[in-house]
Amino acid sequence: MNLAATLRTHPHARWIGLALIAVSLIALPFVLAMAGTAWVRITNLAILFVLLSLGLNIVVGFAGLLDLGYIAFYGVGAYVYALLASPHFGLHLPWWMILPIGAAVACLFGVMLGAPTLKLRGDYLAIVTLGFGEIIRIFLNNLSEPFNLTNGPKGIATIDSIKVMGLDFANTTKLGDLAISGTIKYYYFLLAVLVVVIVVNLRLQDSRIGRAWEAIREDEMAARAMGINTTRMKLLAFAMGASFGGVAGGMFSAIQGFISPESFILTESVMVLAMVVLGGMGNIWGVILGAVLLSFVPEILRYTVTPLQQWMFGRSIVDPEVIRMLLFGLAMVVMMLVRPAGLLPSAVRKRELAREPE
Amino acid sequence: MSLLKLEKVEVHYGGIRAVKGIDLTVEKGELVCLIGANGAGKTTTLRAITGLAHATGRIEYEGEQIAGKKSHEIARLGLALVPEGRGVFPQLTIDENLAMGAYMRRDAPAVAHDVERVFSLFPRLKERRGQTAGTMSGGEQQMLAIGRALMSRPRLLLLDEPSMGLAPIMVEKIFEVIRLIAAEGVTMLLVEQNAKLALEASHRAYVLESGLVTISGEASKLLGDPQVRSAYLGE
Repeated sequence: MNLAATLRTHPHARWIGLALIAVSLIALPFVLAMAGTAWVRITNLAILFVLLSLGLNIVVGFAGLLDLGYIAFYGVGAYVYALLASPHFGLHLPWWMILPIGAAVACLFGVMLGAPTLKLRGDYLAIVTLGFGEIIRIFLNNLSEPFNLTNGPKGIATIDSIKVMGLDFANTTKLGDLAISGTIKYYYFLLAVLVVVIVVNLRLQDSRIGRAWEAIREDEMAARAMGINTTRMKLLAFAMGASFGGVAGGMFSAIQGFISPESFILTESVMVLAMVVLGGMGNIWGVILGAVLLSFVPEILRYTVTPLQQWMFGRSIVDPEVIRMLLFGLAMVVMMLVRPAGLLPSAVRKRELAREPE
Repeated sequence: MSLLKLEKVEVHYGGIRAVKGIDLTVEKGELVCLIGANGAGKTTTLRAITGLAHATGRIEYEGEQIAGKKSHEIARLGLALVPEGRGVFPQLTIDENLAMGAYMRRDAPAVAHDVERVFSLFPRLKERRGQTAGTMSGGEQQMLAIGRALMSRPRLLLLDEPSMGLAPIMVEKIFEVIRLIAAEGVTMLLVEQNAKLALEASHRAYVLESGLVTISGEASKLLGDPQVRSAYLGE
């Protein structure tokens, strides 16, 4: 099989393929809804994680800066949305204003993390970013005193849903005989944002900025000798990664209607990083695959582990929650042994690991 | 006006003065070498010129003070450094490394032309253009580092120990190319431990001893200087 050759001889094949993908993505929520709305909701969360992974991929995959506190930007975006569109302050700004504000505030936090850590690399950078993620979470948890900004561990509830031209995403819309649930509407909204983010990422990778990040990842001093402003480029990587996280956070707020600091813990940062690494750092399609797999597989296991045990042993021996994480860990170990550069490794990363020892 | 002029340049690393007030000039079209023992401050001087080390004193490039500028700003002025230990991008291919060298340029056709010029200087690189830099021998990496620096069309090329760690036959090849580039009119400041080769290739030379210039003059005269011969040419 040679996909590239097929594409050359049949120039329309690419468009037909894209059209097929588009149609299946549009039909997907209705198919999933037959298995239960829960699956559509899981898909929505999966898309949010794809967005997060693509954002983190800019920092980790493109620029080579290890960030263990990435979820903080998701949190910042989520809280910006919650504070500006909930009864907490009595503010109810429209989503198209808040999402950009959330991106901008997250971007600012990205620069705040990036600026003091410019000279750090590898392990040291990882430790500081981990600390940064925790600081944000602890602030969210405690900023209910003396002035109640975040409402502390209780979180913020009854956050406004997204409304487009009088169409409320929280309710079901009847379109003739077709009932389109709020979850399905959010699915389309997320899908649209995802397409934009993917296009931005693809363009970034092939741009001068993308090449500058590549040079920094390889050898920072040599990059400077090429005339690359490494300070600005590293800050840009942090800022752009953070903005994507902020947008994803805002949408998370709108979809959930309730957020609390618990959603932005270290485990989530690690999970997003695992998606990036498993899929293939630096490869946009790999990262998407990693995020989709790591979002769905644990959910599929949740629904299959108990029936499988009952079928095999006549009763449930191990709690599904336990075996889920066990299998998850096992899968990660196997992956690292079999495909250390990720499922779809980037060209450079593939070379790096295939390199013969000298 | 000299292309490059150093006046009373000092560099401190913590409390240690590595360079203790150097005066040096490079005229346009010249090949000047800086020789001296290990730890004399040769590499530090290059690092100071390219903004990688903080220096006091005057470093004038085309009459403009560049001491204190950031290294990427200095690179954009047309000073290209071939760093010690080569500093190629190991996981990028030869083609990609050369493209990085032309990062600041936006004239694609001329860049493509310059790639061919680098390949004509180093035919070995052309044979391996799709190979990653990290998998090549030290000599090939040195060729690539010089080629990558040339891709920026530098007005001043700074070479830091191009012969370091290379097989004698490779050293000869590298110096052949250095002479060739010099003959094309590229101005160069060459730092070398291999004093004989460096002096033979250069127009003028400076001898550095523990952070100070002790001898300077025409390279051919230094080759005959008994003091230089005994200290650096092993006679």
